[in-house]
Amino acid sequence: MIRVDNLNMHFGGIRAVDGASIEIAKGSITGLIGPNGAGKTTLFNVIAGHYTPTSGHVYLDGEDVTGLSPHELFHQGLLRTFQIAHEFSTLTVRENLMMVPDNQPGETLWDTWFKSGTVRAREAEVRAKADEVIEFLEISHVANELAGNLSGGQKKLLELGRTMMVDAKIVFLDEVGAGVNRTLLNTIGDAILRLNRERGYTFCMIEHDMDFIGRLCDPVIVMAEGKVLTVGKPDEVMANEAVIEAYLGRGLKNKPQRGVTA
Amino acid sequence: MTDILNALVLLSNFVLIPALSYGSQLALGALGVTLIYAVLRFSNFAHGDMMALGTMATIMITWGLHAMGVSFGPLPTALLALPFGILIAMAVALVTDRAVYRFYRKQRSAPVVFVMASVGVMFMYNAITRIFIGTGDQRFADGERFVLKVNEFKELTGLDQGLAIRTSQLITVVVMVAVVAFVFWFLQKTRTGKAMRAYSDNEDLALLSGINPDRVVRITWILAAALATIAGVLYGLDKSFRPFVYFQLLLPIFASAIVGGIGQPLGAIAGGFIVAFSEVMVTYAWKGFITLIVPADMAPEGLVQLLGTDYKFAVSFIILVVVLLVRPTGIFKGRVI
Repeated sequence: MIRVDNLNMHFGGIRAVDGASIEIAKGSITGLIGPNGAGKTTLFNVIAGHYTPTSGHVYLDGEDVTGLSPHELFHQGLLRTFQIAHEFSTLTVRENLMMVPDNQPGETLWDTWFKSGTVRAREAEVRAKADEVIEFLEISHVANELAGNLSGGQKKLLELGRTMMVDAKIVFLDEVGAGVNRTLLNTIGDAILRLNRERGYTFCMIEHDMDFIGRLCDPVIVMAEGKVLTVGKPDEVMANEAVIEAYLGRGLKNKPQRGVTA
Repeated sequence: MTDILNALVLLSNFVLIPALSYGSQLALGALGVTLIYAVLRFSNFAHGDMMALGTMATIMITWGLHAMGVSFGPLPTALLALPFGILIAMAVALVTDRAVYRFYRKQRSAPVVFVMASVGVMFMYNAITRIFIGTGDQRFADGERFVLKVNEFKELTGLDQGLAIRTSQLITVVVMVAVVAFVFWFLQKTRTGKAMRAYSDNEDLALLSGINPDRVVRITWILAAALATIAGVLYGLDKSFRPFVYFQLLLPIFASAIVGGIGQPLGAIAGGFIVAFSEVMVTYAWKGFITLIVPADMAPEGLVQLLGTDYKFAVSFIILVVVLLVRPTGIFKGRVI
């Protein structure tokens, strides 16, 4: 589905991503872990089109999409969420969700004036979809709140909700579970599994919570210092000496504990 | 008692009504500046000359209509020409964006680069306007000049002081209310307006939604060009059209936008009226008014004018400086659009 080929992203002297090659299979939930500064988010940003890589290529379904803008990638079904939840703070939760689907007729001045019927019909459709998502995520009670007033966890849910508004091919989740309590984390985990099974979404997620990773992800890619360290099943990866060393430093060989955030 | 009534009439005639119409013109101008700032994140210095250009186009079409023998009854013919003037201004704005600003957007240039580019665009518009219409004064208001004449008012009320309402003043206020209502409805209720607000709120996220950034930018320019032309034509009808005066209007317009909090439509409108009222009140000779309300022996000898009208732009300047020092975020601080 996604193939990243020998990708380099340098900022001045810093090699944030240093020759990384990864592959994400269709229908998988791939985990991406690694200590802070390993280049995970930079890799996401390059794949999602925020940065043009110094060198290397990104392929989506075999097609070279390197250097396309985030907007163009969105059109191709590549969605992402942000590590620090982003929202349109002056719009309500429902409006935030309704913003997602593209090419709505109401977007052109011409249609707004002269085809108000079409505009309204499409808007009703999008609204129904938004309400469905709101229900799925169990955030009906805040549907009409301004998104800026939500709690951190609710903003994360809203981020996930955005990806459900369209038929995404692949969704990149950047620490969707960080700073979220256990119950909510389970809700998010269930939502991800359901989307994966019922709608065939492919996921790639950066996460630090090993239990969460273990429950959802297969395979897990481990990055350190801009390079891919290893790829494998969660328990294999967590037993890997090199991974433990990268995460915890030398001398500590015990299995990473729940909630370890390196 | 009649003295007080006379004083109020005097004040309405020379302060309230002129400031109201001038304030409406500034508000419309500032609304355009604020929209550009909110969505494209730079201060568009070419806005004053965009007003001049749009107004010039409208005047020329008005002349064309006159030549064809078309008039608009008691209303100025320019109102008929206005939609065409707006279309021309929109086209110019879109071409400018494509030729100039799009390049810098692609480069992800800093806002100050955009501002400098807009200064260049300003000089260009400036030159184009002068090539076509010259630097001189153009009066293009026709139709009925007054809605209410001084004599009619005096006969009607029996007061000594007269009150006149010019057609252009009435049109200005009516058009301003209609346009502002429209812009607010547009921003709050339509999908396009929401997309603009969303884009202004969080550009990164907007790029990852179904919002087409090119479209949002285009619509912003279309709105700004329309607002600029409307403001320019109203100002020209009310006073007269001279390219240099429009260039100078940039100062009160920016003062208005900044007083209200740049990037905020509501602030732009409030700011327009604050600046207009300050300007008119500071340059008004209060002698007549004071003479009417105080006992005869306390009447002032001088004009009681705080500042000569030649210095009226100083008022905007002072307001601008004070606001930037005391409350840089403007009165309505907080969110952009």
